Amino acid sequence: MAPKVALFITCLVDLFRPKIGFAAIKLLEDAGCEISVPVAQTCCGQPAYNSGDRADTEAIAKQVIKTFEDHDYVVAPSGSCAAMIKIHYPELFKDDADWQRRAVALSKKTFELTSFLTDVLEVEQIDTHLEQKVTYHDSCAGLRELGIAGQPRKLLASVDGLVMEEMKDSDVCCGFGGTFCVKYSDISNAIVSKKADTINTSGADLLLAGDLGCLMNMAGKLKRQGSKTKVRHVAEVLAGMSDGPAIAEAKK
Amino acid sequence: MTNIITTRDFKSNAKEALANKTLQKALTHVEAGFIGKRRLAMEALPEFDQLRDNARDIKNHTLANLDAYLEEYEEKVVASGGKVHWAADGEEACNQILDICRNVGARTVTKGKSMIAEEIGINDFLEKNDIEPVETDLGEYIIQLRGETPSHIIAPAVHVLKEQVEEDFRRVHDHLPVSRNLEEPESLLDEARKVLRAKFLNADVGITGANFLIAETGTSVIVTNEGNGDLTQIVPKVHIVLASIEKVTPTLDDVSQILRVLARSATGQEISVYTTFSTGPKRQGDVDGPEEYHVIILDNGRSNMIGSEFQDMLRCIRCGSCMNHCPVYHAVGGHAYGWVYPGPMGAVLTPSLMGVKDGGQLPNASTFCGRCEAVCPMRIPLPKMMRHWREREFEKHLNPASQRWGLNFWAFFAKRPRLYHLATSLGIPLLSLFGRRKGYFKYLPLASGWTKYRDLPAPETRTFQQQWAQREALKQGGAK
Repeated sequence: MAPKVALFITCLVDLFRPKIGFAAIKLLEDAGCEISVPVAQTCCGQPAYNSGDRADTEAIAKQVIKTFEDHDYVVAPSGSCAAMIKIHYPELFKDDADWQRRAVALSKKTFELTSFLTDVLEVEQIDTHLEQKVTYHDSCAGLRELGIAGQPRKLLASVDGLVMEEMKDSDVCCGFGGTFCVKYSDISNAIVSKKADTINTSGADLLLAGDLGCLMNMAGKLKRQGSKTKVRHVAEVLAGMSDGPAIAEAKK
Repeated sequence: MTNIITTRDFKSNAKEALANKTLQKALTHVEAGFIGKRRLAMEALPEFDQLRDNARDIKNHTLANLDAYLEEYEEKVVASGGKVHWAADGEEACNQILDICRNVGARTVTKGKSMIAEEIGINDFLEKNDIEPVETDLGEYIIQLRGETPSHIIAPAVHVLKEQVEEDFRRVHDHLPVSRNLEEPESLLDEARKVLRAKFLNADVGITGANFLIAETGTSVIVTNEGNGDLTQIVPKVHIVLASIEKVTPTLDDVSQILRVLARSATGQEISVYTTFSTGPKRQGDVDGPEEYHVIILDNGRSNMIGSEFQDMLRCIRCGSCMNHCPVYHAVGGHAYGWVYPGPMGAVLTPSLMGVKDGGQLPNASTFCGRCEAVCPMRIPLPKMMRHWREREFEKHLNPASQRWGLNFWAFFAKRPRLYHLATSLGIPLLSLFGRRKGYFKYLPLASGWTKYRDLPAPETRTFQQQWAQREALKQGGAK
């Protein structure tokens, strides 16, 4: 039987780049999953959680748990949002046995997209083609909370024609940090400027990552600098959807 | 030295730091110097992670029985002929030190590196009372000449370039001939050593910090690389150890285990050049050592952390690894944090010691990238505790009204999916339309925090949910 996967679309993908959602669906359907997208989802609650607003975080988390707990799996095209559900929800309810049980149950079946494809569905390779030099940025939450590093690289290595040019310090933060990038815009700018330098010196034409927040931050900086490097979510490349405008590019 | 607290001005401090070209040049040494060395040391020791677990467990056990171990420590110090002084806060600690100094008519005090000394502001206090404090750690000596505070807990002068040190030495050491070469770190070290040698011999009292206090033996332990700590504590008549309550560790064996992660995490050394153990004053027949041995044990708010969500912070062994790996520290350096403890450990400890009202800026200034927690030898969940501080701040309504208003507005919709989708299905296509020509915005009202430094990618088209609903509706229609 096909695994029933609910897509946690993430607020940024929903609003800014639906293409990533459709790319994720294509990858999951190609791997034999049956996809649904629950309509009662908005956000995982991180903006409230990281601002110290526990009450709103818990209300949003309960809403997510109720909406998603009846599916076999929950998959998000974001390490940050997946980690919020997988790591932080159970901790959020550590003083509420009933909700904690439900949070832990949801945690167990929640995955970031590339790790779900490789670790759970055991996808070994992707049948697609892209003749381009790419570099990959490890977004912090995915890397350090979920251990995502090898999975996207393994899938990218199977893309016909693709050449990986690792940037220096790919595991160092891009300076996004959610609301941090506007609350501390001067510091965020210093961090993303350094990141843009390492991207530019990598020799790649295309920057990839698994989190749209980081991608928008880096794409926005590269654009402001006049860099020619294009920016896309890793799912777009894997799904063979690298045509059309990249992030922050005009429609042709 | 001036110890003005500017934690509340973190943002403007950061802005100044970012514009300071000399500082920015000096800060590149943090990334280049520490990170690779730590990585090599770690890779050479396959059981490093196991040692981290042991170190964490030792400290957790100690903190759960802190009162008992502190009492045991005091007993052993007294038994070896020393004296323990309990200080509730910095003022009490300063007065205890002054009393000890006055008792022996002290005029000069040599000092080994101690962050607790910075915390209580002992240098200022001694100077006001006509006692000259002399820093003997090279980094501390440099910043004392410059009238500054440390910008890093293990590399106090990391913000200073060697050219600046040369200038300072020529300004203060007026015996120096112009022809004397001071361009290399070695020649600077030689010069400092020469000047300090006389100070060591003339000091009446030596103050050191402590990396550990061993309960079973009443021993204080310092780790240094210059040997200045040894001369500070052995030569003068009186040795004062300045430590905080969480430095106590049950046994010598426990300390040996934690030492294995300390230097590796800090400088990438297997062990620091000197690891010095002192137990009590000089005994009959000893060839050297102080006649009096005092230990000041400072609380200064730490006991309030026991049993709170900040207890884990008391495991910290001050290796500096968290700041060495912190992108925010790399960008602004230590002085921007506005008090003694910078970087991620400072962002958690500072509000614990001075209150969230004054220290609350620091735990907010983090991207939560988690690199600090990943490298912490004591496995302290630093981002989690920074988030707890944000919660305290939010509960007390201490964060700016505009932020709260924005958050409330967003949360109102985020908690009401139908309304959220209605609002976004109207707003997003409109925004997409405006941004269509270029694909991004150079400026957007209410988003200037973003667009000040980077362009904002425009929404692609309609929201995912709109497109998905349409696709599903078509499918349903087709199936009929």
